[in-house]
Amino acid sequence: MSVKYIAKSSAIASRLLGGEMMVMSSADSTFFTLNPVATVVWQAADGVTPLSDIVADHVCAEFEVDAETAHRDVERFVEELSQHGILLVSETPIAGSATSPTEAA
Amino acid sequence: MSLIQEMSQRALNLGVPMSVHFDITYRCNERCVHCYLDHDDHGEMTTAEIKHILDELAEAGTFFLTFSGGEVLMRRDFFELLEYARSLMFAVRIKTNAVMIGEAEARRMLELGVDQIQVSIYSHRHEVHDAITKLPGSLRRSVEAIRFLTRQGLRVTIANVLMTANMYDHAGVQALARELGVQYTLDPTITPKMDGDTSILNLRIPGSELSGVFHNESLVGNVEEFCAAPPTPDDDVMEGYPCSAGHTLAYISPYGDVFPCVQFPLPSGNVRRQKFLDIWNHSSELNDVRSIRAKDLPVCSSCSHVGTCTRCPGLAYMEGNMRGPSTADCEKSFHRTGIRSANMLRLDGNQPRPIPSGPLIHIQPLTA
Repeated sequence: MSVKYIAKSSAIASRLLGGEMMVMSSADSTFFTLNPVATVVWQAADGVTPLSDIVADHVCAEFEVDAETAHRDVERFVEELSQHGILLVSETPIAGSATSPTEAA
Repeated sequence: MSLIQEMSQRALNLGVPMSVHFDITYRCNERCVHCYLDHDDHGEMTTAEIKHILDELAEAGTFFLTFSGGEVLMRRDFFELLEYARSLMFAVRIKTNAVMIGEAEARRMLELGVDQIQVSIYSHRHEVHDAITKLPGSLRRSVEAIRFLTRQGLRVTIANVLMTANMYDHAGVQALARELGVQYTLDPTITPKMDGDTSILNLRIPGSELSGVFHNESLVGNVEEFCAAPPTPDDDVMEGYPCSAGHTLAYISPYGDVFPCVQFPLPSGNVRRQKFLDIWNHSSELNDVRSIRAKDLPVCSSCSHVGTCTRCPGLAYMEGNMRGPSTADCEKSFHRTGIRSANMLRLDGNQPRPIPSGPLIHIQPLTA
């Protein structure tokens, strides 16, 4: 399986609200909310950490889930957000990805 | 309930200022006849001060950030501020007259991921629009700017404030919006000046015209639904709060003053002296605003319109009591439904009654 890197698009707005991330695409104003697991993945999407490490170090470490299920669910989530253009996916590290939003509430 | 409404409800429950309207300058290149602002610079915040406030707003959880003025592009650092705001992941909306937006500015707004741009257009007729803005050529320049913005794929809304000088032009402006491929929104609200001067209220369109606006399908959609008599208010309505001002919305002036809303000039603190979150969480003025429920409104709680009225607590405040009626909204409710508001009926009762015609006493003999 190839290594994947994920980074937030610069054409989005996002903010943490009550433990869940709100994300809005500035391309078409589509609005998303991410559950706590997806929020953890989103926050770790720095363009340089392999997705498999994000799942192991954040998802499996912070939630009661087996590695296989976590990988499968995260892959699906990443695929969905990348289709909307708000998450960038690459087989090489992504330079100059968006900074993490300030956390609040 | 839409996702955004769900998030707004959550922000309300958590006490998060989800939306902030930030006037970064009151300076303007237009001199609109209905404007409520003083355009002189009395010491607006510096670039560094504004960036610091933006950091604080991000920390407070603000998601929607509206940059407005005055004219935002009168600030030479506007794009620096916009870039900084976007680096903090705000969903940025801009209110502008667009006169200073050329192709380069439009491209930069797209690059920076601006969510929406609202442009004020008063009339499709140059002589009317330019007479309101007092800037010759302003309609031509604003329309040209809208074309630059839409060509970049940016979302633009034309905001059409209606007043006596342009009250017959909304159909023309709507047609212009259609031709430009942008959204259209109409607002018949003229507010007193921030210093309390009410002279510009003379520009408000008369009630008869307001009624025409509210019964115009192209402006309100389903007229029957929009103008329906209000339903009997239930407990949810009476326990409800008037609007988002001070609950999930705050306004910041170019001088750092914090208010519940741009249309609610109740001074609640100043971000040059206090952290925004301290003001938001502890201001006695904001807490007072938050304590108001429909059932507490001395006149409006007994009004049949209480559940559907657009009552603005800021306009009521400018009339002297934030818990009182906003007469402009009473007028709107009346002209929308034909049903007089409790405040109108109360005022009717205070007026001298006309003397009835005929004899003062009718005397009839009792029949046997």
